Amino acid sequence: MYAQLVKTDSTHVRGLDEMSDEERAFQERIDRGEKIEPKEWMPEGYRKTLIRQIGQHAHSEIVGQLPEGNWITRAPTLERKAILLAKVQDEAGHGLYLYCAAETLGVSRDELMELLHAGKMKYSSIFNYPTLTWADMGAVGWLVDGAAIMNQVPLQRTSYGPYSRAMIRICKEESFHQRQGYDIMMKMARGTPAQKHMAQDALNRFWYPALMMFGPSDKDSVHSAQSMAWKIKMNTNDELRQKFVDQTVPQAEHLGLTVPDENLRWNEEKGGYDFSEPDWSEFFEVIAGNGPCNRERLGARVKAWEDGAWFRDGLKAHADKAARRPAMAVAAE
Amino acid sequence: MSSEWPLWEIFIRGQHGLNHRHVGSLHAPDAELAIKNARDVYTRRNEGVSIWAVRSSDIVASSPGDKGPLFEPANSKVYRHPTFYDIPNDVGHM
Repeated sequence: MYAQLVKTDSTHVRGLDEMSDEERAFQERIDRGEKIEPKEWMPEGYRKTLIRQIGQHAHSEIVGQLPEGNWITRAPTLERKAILLAKVQDEAGHGLYLYCAAETLGVSRDELMELLHAGKMKYSSIFNYPTLTWADMGAVGWLVDGAAIMNQVPLQRTSYGPYSRAMIRICKEESFHQRQGYDIMMKMARGTPAQKHMAQDALNRFWYPALMMFGPSDKDSVHSAQSMAWKIKMNTNDELRQKFVDQTVPQAEHLGLTVPDENLRWNEEKGGYDFSEPDWSEFFEVIAGNGPCNRERLGARVKAWEDGAWFRDGLKAHADKAARRPAMAVAAE
Repeated sequence: MSSEWPLWEIFIRGQHGLNHRHVGSLHAPDAELAIKNARDVYTRRNEGVSIWAVRSSDIVASSPGDKGPLFEPANSKVYRHPTFYDIPNDVGHM
């Protein structure tokens, strides 16, 4: 999802009888639905996995600003421009909520940034695809934010208090993101044949990358099983992907657009659609850094970080000087 | 007067999973007693599962007079709300 392939350091999910007293008490609290708060005891694996997951989620929000930022100056109307700006601004805010949630686990925001910039932490694969036309702003809001919401809504119930509260805040703000995207798609799909063609083209390019956001099937993954036992992952990747497809296909039909999948069929028996898997070799290439925009995205983040260093240092120097000032005045007397 | 105990702002988490919420303030000579006093002053009816105490002098607050410049700019940004967009009912919840 916004966090993909998060490792847990576990080799198997241990039963309550294999745990230390502390661990068992911890697991039982989670099983009862209690929230874990920052200063409470937690297994080291839980803490580390959460840092990876929340950090990756935060990085995704921040890097996710880039594909849409690309269109702010080229939005077709002033209203669309203000809306897109507001959305990108929200993503920055969401990144900040999440970095702060991660910081409660004993890692600093700068450390997380450095790991991202060194390529040691990931962000969602989806943001390594280019946004080529204005219709892509519609497809991103509709499909990418739609897929994100699918994952984030259940995460509001996650076991770690600060993460849960950040997700509640984010979900409340996220609904507008998907709706503005669908609104763009409706406008394009009902516009001139050229506009409709652009809308279809955007759907064609974003459909499979959106399905990849949920990550490969994890029904046999130890990491996913451990994360689910800890309630930092609430559903399997396949469950969420199925839910996303079932919700999205009627929305595409309403637009008069065609989902680019010949195998897409309603399956009465399972009460959901059958659909084609995305190309997972492409997914692993993108995760490994070889997607269409990986270098550009990471390069933009590193450049922003380096170009902003003098400004961050300047504000800090000013604050330090201001803090010293009364003492200096006294000393001078 | 110079020996008056400092003022502390007290935040209580009402239930597991919720944010701490500001409930009021009290005087205490140090952090440990601020927590103990807060327990007695603000949670006599089992109102909480956790307490935060913050020195009032450490709180930075906006001035009530700044309400306009701080918050009014959001009034015109109605497009930040989901209801700004007309989404047909038949495409389902969004």
